[in-house]
Amino acid sequence: MNFSMAVEISYLVASVLFVVGLKRLQSPATARGGNQLAALAMLIAIVATLLDNQIIDWTAILIGMFTGTFIGFWAAKKVQMTQMPELVGIFNGFGGAASALVAGAELLRLQSLNIDSTQGEGLSIVISCLIGTVTFSGSFVAFGKLKGIVSGNPITFPLQKTLNAILFIGLLFLGGSIMGMYTFADLPTLTTFFIFTIAALSLGILLVLPIGGADMPVVISLLNSYSGLAASAAGFVIGSNVLIISGALVGASGLILTLIMCKAMNRSLSNVAFGAFGGESTGSPQGNDDSDKIARSVDPEGAAMILAYAQSVVIVPGYGLAVAQAQHELRKVVDNLEERGVDVKYAIHPVAGRMPGHMNVLLAEADVPYDKLFDLDEINDDFSRTDVVLVVGANDVVNPEAHNPQSVIAGMPILDVDKAKSVIIMKRSLSTGFAGIDNPLFYMDHTSMLFGDAKDSMNDLVREVREA
Amino acid sequence: MGEMLVGIYVFVLATLAGREVITKVPPTLHTPLMSGANAISGISIVGALVVSAQVDSGLAQWLGGLAIALAMVNVVGGFMVTDRMLEMFKKR
Repeated sequence: MNFSMAVEISYLVASVLFVVGLKRLQSPATARGGNQLAALAMLIAIVATLLDNQIIDWTAILIGMFTGTFIGFWAAKKVQMTQMPELVGIFNGFGGAASALVAGAELLRLQSLNIDSTQGEGLSIVISCLIGTVTFSGSFVAFGKLKGIVSGNPITFPLQKTLNAILFIGLLFLGGSIMGMYTFADLPTLTTFFIFTIAALSLGILLVLPIGGADMPVVISLLNSYSGLAASAAGFVIGSNVLIISGALVGASGLILTLIMCKAMNRSLSNVAFGAFGGESTGSPQGNDDSDKIARSVDPEGAAMILAYAQSVVIVPGYGLAVAQAQHELRKVVDNLEERGVDVKYAIHPVAGRMPGHMNVLLAEADVPYDKLFDLDEINDDFSRTDVVLVVGANDVVNPEAHNPQSVIAGMPILDVDKAKSVIIMKRSLSTGFAGIDNPLFYMDHTSMLFGDAKDSMNDLVREVREA
Repeated sequence: MGEMLVGIYVFVLATLAGREVITKVPPTLHTPLMSGANAISGISIVGALVVSAQVDSGLAQWLGGLAIALAMVNVVGGFMVTDRMLEMFKKR
């Protein structure tokens, strides 16, 4: 067996380990090992590549590897779990940029050697640069929206879709020129490639700007998928199967998560992309019949009584809980309830956090065991047998209006908490959620509202439950 | 075109394998799945290394170096933060 054969086999082993590693993510018990297996696969691939290539000059390679390792290490250590969407968003962008740069560097290399790329190579370079660049600029807009640097409201302007269409046609045209199908205004290929990259950057920005802050979980998932596709395309550029395979795995993963998120929000992908829906809510809109609806409020002491003398309690955490950073206080309340023999479970809606599975991570950080977390399908039938549901900082995901065919959120999968014997809702005010509609659950006879900041109310609850 | 066609075969089959594996990942692990997948998309480091190895000067070298740095952030940061999260998932 010669050396290059050994390198090829290393790549095959790495590809297999990526699939096996992802497979181990099917259970929380094996997931950590699975991730480590995937990291080992990456190490194998990198070492094989370094050994296989006659490296002419190590300078740029070493500087790149050290800088990247340092920044990655620092980011992974420093990031708070609430900031995971931002981190994943920016990493998506880096992955996309890396793939686009591979395409650019390869084109430069071929040009400097005066080699004309074949149309197949040219096509790979164009696609890799396009997807990678769109991922890069789109991810940075998404990051800005999550951080609040860019407005979370959909940003729209006249003729936006027309502009996008023109950009897209322009990109196709320039792409054809880079592939050498024709020459465009006698520009050298590299100049055309430069214009192409600028156009792709603009397209990425324009595609994400009109999408509202509430839809960011979908956008992050989709950009995750793109970063994988960009890596696959880079695999076509350099003719490497390990890149094609790994990129395809990531592409599939991101797309599956995107579709899960869309389903949870009852929206189609095209509606998210072009709907310009889902800005931050701004207080309660004035309904016509607000006057005759009375929400019953309860103080922490009363809420503690209801909880402490229940047999079964289901907690429904929403993003408001994460914003108030009250996960740890919530767990203390639950600990106290469990000491009293109350059966407590958590019901997690797919869009409870800012990215798929975000709430589960936040609760895991607060030492909530994962076998107490239940998703929508697992727990919805249990609500009718539940004594008390405690909703913390969630709104649209428990709105029974979703069952009303006339409502704007008709058909959205919700947690049927109104079926429980009694419901306590911990919330700042009666304001609406992202969907901007009133929630009849607040006015039901068996509902009590515990108004206030989630963290303060939780602290009060910890004390009151202990004394109850 | 032959090589490209083989590449497309590989891509399609890997996508199908990915779909089979990832559909069964429970919602509780969707965030680690995404950050782990993110780290895997850092595989473009291999592409960046291959291109960088073949050049010894000029812009191509520095573009390659930048690609290596960005992909490495993905690889190191992605796997480490995923590990940090998965460490927190405990049974009662």
